[in-house]
Amino acid sequence: MSEQLIELQPDETFVLNVGPQHPATHGVLRVKMTMDGEYIYRAETVLGYIHRMHEKMAENRTYAQYWPNLSRLDYLSAMAFNHGYALVVERACAIEVPERAEYIRVITVELNRISSHLVWLGAYVLDLGGFTPLMYCFDDREQILDLLESVTGSRLTYCYFRFGGLYNDIDDAFIVGTRAFIKRMRRELKMYKKLVTDNIILMKRLKGHGLVDQDMCQRYGATGPVARGSGINYDVRRNEPYSIYDRFDFEVPVFTEGDSYARYLVRMEEIEQSLRIIEQALDRLPDGPVNPEKKPKTIKPPPGDYYAAVETARGNFGIRLVSDGGKNAYRLKLRSPTYSNMHLFDEACRGMLIADALAFMGSLDLVIPEMDR
Amino acid sequence: MSLTLFNVILAVFVVICFVALNAAYLVYAERKGAAFFQRRPGPMENGPWGLLQPIPDGIKLMTKQLLVPGGVDKAVFITAPVLAMFPALVSFVTIPFSSSIVAHPIEVGVLLIFAFAALGSMSLLVAGWSSRNKYSMISSVRAVSQAVAYEIPLMITTITVVMISGSLNLTDIATRQLDGIWAWHIWPLQADVGFNLLMPVSFLILFVCSVAETNRAPFDLGEAESELVAGFHTEYSSMGFGLFFMGEYANIVIGACLTTILFLGGWSCPFGDLGFFPLTHNVGWFLLKIYLIIFVFIWIRWTFPRTTIYGLLNLSWKYLIPISLFNLLLTAALLKVF
Repeated sequence: MSEQLIELQPDETFVLNVGPQHPATHGVLRVKMTMDGEYIYRAETVLGYIHRMHEKMAENRTYAQYWPNLSRLDYLSAMAFNHGYALVVERACAIEVPERAEYIRVITVELNRISSHLVWLGAYVLDLGGFTPLMYCFDDREQILDLLESVTGSRLTYCYFRFGGLYNDIDDAFIVGTRAFIKRMRRELKMYKKLVTDNIILMKRLKGHGLVDQDMCQRYGATGPVARGSGINYDVRRNEPYSIYDRFDFEVPVFTEGDSYARYLVRMEEIEQSLRIIEQALDRLPDGPVNPEKKPKTIKPPPGDYYAAVETARGNFGIRLVSDGGKNAYRLKLRSPTYSNMHLFDEACRGMLIADALAFMGSLDLVIPEMDR
Repeated sequence: MSLTLFNVILAVFVVICFVALNAAYLVYAERKGAAFFQRRPGPMENGPWGLLQPIPDGIKLMTKQLLVPGGVDKAVFITAPVLAMFPALVSFVTIPFSSSIVAHPIEVGVLLIFAFAALGSMSLLVAGWSSRNKYSMISSVRAVSQAVAYEIPLMITTITVVMISGSLNLTDIATRQLDGIWAWHIWPLQADVGFNLLMPVSFLILFVCSVAETNRAPFDLGEAESELVAGFHTEYSSMGFGLFFMGEYANIVIGACLTTILFLGGWSCPFGDLGFFPLTHNVGWFLLKIYLIIFVFIWIRWTFPRTTIYGLLNLSWKYLIPISLFNLLLTAALLKVF
């Protein structure tokens, strides 16, 4: 064994490459960790391993052709990304959305939010070494995928929204199935509480670890459950209502501890709140068309600068559209939640043990394709 | 019984078959157990209820290419998996499966098992160290700290039982508990050793330690896949990995055997000696008990998330060692008084 091959820094720290292929990074994320024993001295996030030029593609495709790109950004909450894009183009072109379509949008987006949180829950407990909850979560998520598949035709990369409406209407089977799912999910949430939330090992690993304060969230632009776990009461659905979210009665769960357990609890509460929203939307679902009577043939937004933001499962997804009046966007800037949330990792994880740091990273709920656009 | 060459070969053959079959079918049991806890069928393709699954599993494991990465300390790298398997095999020699089935009764059987258990953690150390991989290196350091932390309370607890039964011979320890379930060491009910109220606690300590010693979840810090990819066996492929696997499962069986003999009465029938021999006090009870314990191992593994290495060390140094030491003192005092 040749001694020269071992790289030792002068101060006896060493570099540990977590990723691009590592079980805890959930994709092709690379974190270059400078370690002092098992303690983290620095953690540099290296992005770009699956960069696909989504923003540039918007400049070369028509507005309608760009739809499929949205669902490939964050493959776990594709519906919310669809929603954001629909909102900004509808705002630009002043397209009216029929009432029924708005309700169906909310139902599908919230279902997708639950399925996203379920994947997170399963993957997170897997990060902590528990395999069984993953299977339960995927089983529950499968129910949602079946429902959404019946209306959208796809199971993961949904391309369901259209400018001013939807690809197709929902049927009675979907409504019955969704009601059955709500009942099932409420029962399952009790089981998750017993199996995971109240688990002593889980609490010991999460409580008081991975502290992120409000100031840090504001400096790095963290949103979603990460910010809400640190006491920032901000949810786009409540603070800047879009679509018809102002008509529903739901709570925005906020915890002030700022640790991994707070972020965990925020997401678990959000599943319950999403179930409430879906239930209300199903109760009030109006009849009518799901597409505008006069469907625009080609989308050509008048020149200008437009912005829309939605609350995805991971936080604030903002989309800025600069139009020069042509059939392609002049510039499309995406502001994706995980990209901002991940920035605080380096500062927050310094001095942490690697086990806690990876538990912290999991609590940020990373979806790498959405960072590497 | 004279120790002829034939007897020795037979004993070795039987032990290897037992260990290999146990490893193969415990993997099957593990998968079925996991499936049971996860609401899915598990292996079902090969044979009835997937019972022939271990055969393709084994073929697959053995026919894979054995890769030795560049830059490793080759001799140590190749020796490590053998080191993992060998002590587990040898430990079976002393284990009495019933009053008559024991490969070779050894007066200091308990000591022998601990001596070889120490070799087991040594194998993890050299495997991780020789791999020339940072994850494996961290893992090997963890393996040592974990082994040291958990062998101490394990031994102290065992010494408590040895003091009660007055023998280091596993057969003697088990024979002492033959009078039905209330004679087992797990209960604080034995008048001759002074109704030691901490006996159930001792049993729990021994059980927790044997889970930790076998590197099973929630104490599998040496191979924590979310932190260390696969830990000490990251670089091992094919049968190198297979031997570690078999060694681990053999260790599980030994841990279960030790727990059974020390606290659960070995091969004794819980209802006492009923008179008709084939049903009471035989190897069936012993196997039943060890497989029940192994089931609990599997149950724990598929229910709990993993602890952290400092949580694990804290548990041992701050709680298990002081409690087991106190229990040792208490037992000594009670033995003196009664």
